[in-house]
Amino acid sequence: MSDTALPGLTAAPSLTDAPKALPPSGLWGRLGGGFSRWLKSSSPWLNLLGLVGFLLLWQLLSRVLKVPLFVKLPGPWETVVEWFSPRPVYGISVFTIEYYQHIGLSSLRVFLAFLLATGLGVPLGLLMGWKKTFSDYAFPILELLRPIPMLAWVPLAILMWPGRESSIVFLTFLGSFFATLLNSWLGVKSIDPAYFRAAASLGASESLIFKKIVWPGAMPFVFTGLQISVGYAWFSLVAGEMLAGEFGLGYLIWDSYILVQYPVIIIAMITLGLVGSLSSFIIRAIGNALIRWKVKENG
Amino acid sequence: MGNGGSISVKEATKVYDPDGAKVLALDRCSLEIGPGEFSVVVGPSGCGKTTLLNAIAGFHELTAGEILLDGQTLSSPGKPAKPGSDRIVVFQNGALFPWMTILENVAFGPLAQKKMTVPEAREKALKTLETMGLTLIAQDYPGQISSGMRRRAEIARAMMCEPKVLLLDEPFRALDALTKIVAHQFLMEVYDAQKPTVFFITHDLDEAIFLASKVYVMTTRPASIKKILDVTLPRPRDYRLLASLEYQRLKAECQDAVREEALKAFSAGEREM
Repeated sequence: MSDTALPGLTAAPSLTDAPKALPPSGLWGRLGGGFSRWLKSSSPWLNLLGLVGFLLLWQLLSRVLKVPLFVKLPGPWETVVEWFSPRPVYGISVFTIEYYQHIGLSSLRVFLAFLLATGLGVPLGLLMGWKKTFSDYAFPILELLRPIPMLAWVPLAILMWPGRESSIVFLTFLGSFFATLLNSWLGVKSIDPAYFRAAASLGASESLIFKKIVWPGAMPFVFTGLQISVGYAWFSLVAGEMLAGEFGLGYLIWDSYILVQYPVIIIAMITLGLVGSLSSFIIRAIGNALIRWKVKENG
Repeated sequence: MGNGGSISVKEATKVYDPDGAKVLALDRCSLEIGPGEFSVVVGPSGCGKTTLLNAIAGFHELTAGEILLDGQTLSSPGKPAKPGSDRIVVFQNGALFPWMTILENVAFGPLAQKKMTVPEAREKALKTLETMGLTLIAQDYPGQISSGMRRRAEIARAMMCEPKVLLLDEPFRALDALTKIVAHQFLMEVYDAQKPTVFFITHDLDEAIFLASKVYVMTTRPASIKKILDVTLPRPRDYRLLASLEYQRLKAECQDAVREEALKAFSAGEREM
């Protein structure tokens, strides 16, 4: 015990120093800072190799070997030709207005639903995490509603809302709302209780504690939640559009199936993947801009 | 400062979970801390030191007894405890807000209490950081600096409020030996400059005697005061004191008292609370 305070001992690195988190992985994560470093490493070549290998395997299974399971699948080559054709056989390519109308309408629905889910889910989740009385009221209802699969809401959505548009947006909203709410709630729960005590000790009022502790403290979780919730939004959107849509990428997939326009199915699917990644990238970028302390902490 | 800051703890009793397990954490614990006194509390793990600190800080109520600050009741049964900026706590694991820069953290108190405008608080925070030798880290976030620096910044944040009482709960526990020395010197300078009443909890007897005007040895749970040691070593203090005879004598005395309680706690199978 006595030597803990004596000089001359070697200083061991302190155990409490915050562990440095690993840099964000994946292509989108790298776009943040070390893009040029990423470009110089072997990663882009390996990424490319994986992608080309996947396409070759697809071509091989569906068109060369004609494996029964894959034989009805359009090959990658014919899909790409159709996708970029100025005169597409089935009427959908990057040169047609319809293609962009489908993307635009789907994106608009997701945007509206996501905005609603965020506007309601984040404040509600933060309040639930912060005030026990509030969560005591809300918790049972939410735990009852949350596990209900979004698809089970379809009949009610159609019954309740006037017109297709609002029912699709409602379904999309439901998919994203619970993820946002739950993560915002967890975000507050993850805040070290000592911060609340410290703030109270320093003389902060309740409203200041909300503004300066609850909100910034929960922010990393909130944005993780938003990234998950936008994924759920796209998921629910496609289901909604397949059942009740007249336009949109989900509708396009189902319609092309019925009309036996198989390459269009693949085009719409890949497009969904692309807009989905783009939306989650945008949210991550906004999050990183707002949570500078976390970014700096991770170096 | 020197304007008050005397704490009297009168027969403080605290029972956790009174309807269930009934854990008696404090048992009629009384002590008097004079204004500007550097009091250090030592005792076995889980003996109720933190319970007492939290009661003084106003984080929870007492089951019986009362605590007074300069004659005003802070906490008694039925009077809901309230934290106040006249008593600032420096926490065991540190509680700098990770989403604020050091400067924003240090300026937080006066702004929260609406005692200063933003430019005033900023200016005073910068001045405080400068006198404490922390100017270089003003724009950093807590996650970017070492744990030793974080503890110092947290003490700076507390002193910005010019508290009557500074409550520290094992603040240097996790620091390595060398960082601890620097932190001790830092705290001594801050104390000598402003002379707040200090209530400091630790397990480390060297730390206790080096810093304290008075060392309070607590019994194992339920806690009460077992022994009070007057540390009359001259101030400002320096590490050469550790070799002095007077220091050795105090330490031996302190060790005897603590050892007895630690053995009791050990055989009772006490765990960290």
